[in-house]
Amino acid sequence: MYNDKESQKIVDIIQNYARKHSLFILAYGTGCGAIEIPPTMTSRYDAERFGIRGAATPRQADVLLITGYLATKSLKRVIKVYEQMQDPKYVIGFGSCTINGGMYWDSYNTINVLDKYIPVDVNINGCMPRPEAVIAGFVKLQKQIQEGKADGWDKYKKNLDYYKENQKKIITNWVMPDFNW
Amino acid sequence: MEGIGYKILGAVLTTILAFVVGMFYGGFSRKIIARIQNRVGPPVWQNFLDVLKLLFKKTSVRYGVMHHLAPLWMITMSVTTLMFIPILKDGLFFTNLNFSGDLIFLLYIMVFGSLGMALGAGATGNPNTAIGVSRGLTQMVGFEIPWVMALVALMIQYKTTSVTGLMDIQSQSGTWMMFSSPFAFIAALLAMPGMFRYSPFDIVGAPQELASGPVSEFGGKYLSTMMTSGSIFAFVKLTLYVDLFMGGASNLIVLVLKTFALYLYPVLWGAVSARFRTEQSVRYFWGWPAFFGFIALLYAAF
Repeated sequence: MYNDKESQKIVDIIQNYARKHSLFILAYGTGCGAIEIPPTMTSRYDAERFGIRGAATPRQADVLLITGYLATKSLKRVIKVYEQMQDPKYVIGFGSCTINGGMYWDSYNTINVLDKYIPVDVNINGCMPRPEAVIAGFVKLQKQIQEGKADGWDKYKKNLDYYKENQKKIITNWVMPDFNW
Repeated sequence: MEGIGYKILGAVLTTILAFVVGMFYGGFSRKIIARIQNRVGPPVWQNFLDVLKLLFKKTSVRYGVMHHLAPLWMITMSVTTLMFIPILKDGLFFTNLNFSGDLIFLLYIMVFGSLGMALGAGATGNPNTAIGVSRGLTQMVGFEIPWVMALVALMIQYKTTSVTGLMDIQSQSGTWMMFSSPFAFIAALLAMPGMFRYSPFDIVGAPQELASGPVSEFGGKYLSTMMTSGSIFAFVKLTLYVDLFMGGASNLIVLVLKTFALYLYPVLWGAVSARFRTEQSVRYFWGWPAFFGFIALLYAAF
């Protein structure tokens, strides 16, 4: 059991239980899907039942919520924010635009597949997804965390070259420092 | 040696008690605010999970020595203040250093935690923290004046500066000080929401304006330590209010009931009000609370 990498130790179970039930989200609300966040958090759908609450800064946050399309300009900010967050961190791609570009699939200044630039743990389909779908996405993320499979942050570190290459293909004026862990 | 063993055990027990009670109060306040907003709300043990999760987060941020020391400073000051507060009127375990510190010392030591936070936040260099710290210190100037006036009125009226002495006076005369010196109680009560930083006095950590203010660069273990320190300090403040104005408590159940009744007041006020601006907050504290503090001083002196 001790050498089996698939099984979880007791510490992992406690860690994952705490992580699962306490998700501080940072909503990157530049896409149109941001309008679905307030009803998700407030009285009607009440995401705080699941221990989900908003975080004010990337330092405190666990979940980065990309709400909808990303312009190439704002991708740079997303990468900055993602690299400021502390491990373990999760990304939820919100709406069709983060999966395949959605209705902006042939636009000249939006990206199509978010997963090529930062590792996405859960995608929520829909244009736009309703609060029920958002909560279902969060529950799916919780399930992944419990099983120890939400390891996008680890994937980002291990495949840093792949992600950096993709990012620099889009962002031509790269003036940020290159992070390496 | 036996005495020292009891003292250490008592100190550890007191700290654990303050942590657990303060955390549950935080959870209850979240639940109560959720019910007021017609939501279900998180479970009451949610704050424990938050602290545990933050403790398990990795940290790769370095801002210098003061950034590391600030949360430790805060929790040290919270526990130190806790040691000087009489938890129960009498008893074996919870008489830590009750008889060594008086009210003036407590007034002095209670602002030390905020000072540590200000230094640590200044070390991060984030502009939001600088604004938050300046707001916090301004607000402290606001609520400290009626609070100090109320305590000085008590000290003049009963001619003692000892917290245990004031508690003895209450148990001998049989009346609580909220009745025997009402103006001091009103001034202290009106100054109280400023200490707890719920709305409308949450100008320091305003998440929508300042990105949580002084703690905006603190995540993971740092934030976890700060939350622990905050819950211990909430218990400290509530217990001090109960000791001074509500006659103290002879057992833990009475203490929890009294402190919770007192705690509901800033929480419920906060649930139904919007945030003040800095100058509105200071103007509030230098208005009616300071007026009642002045009346209390006159009442005590003549």
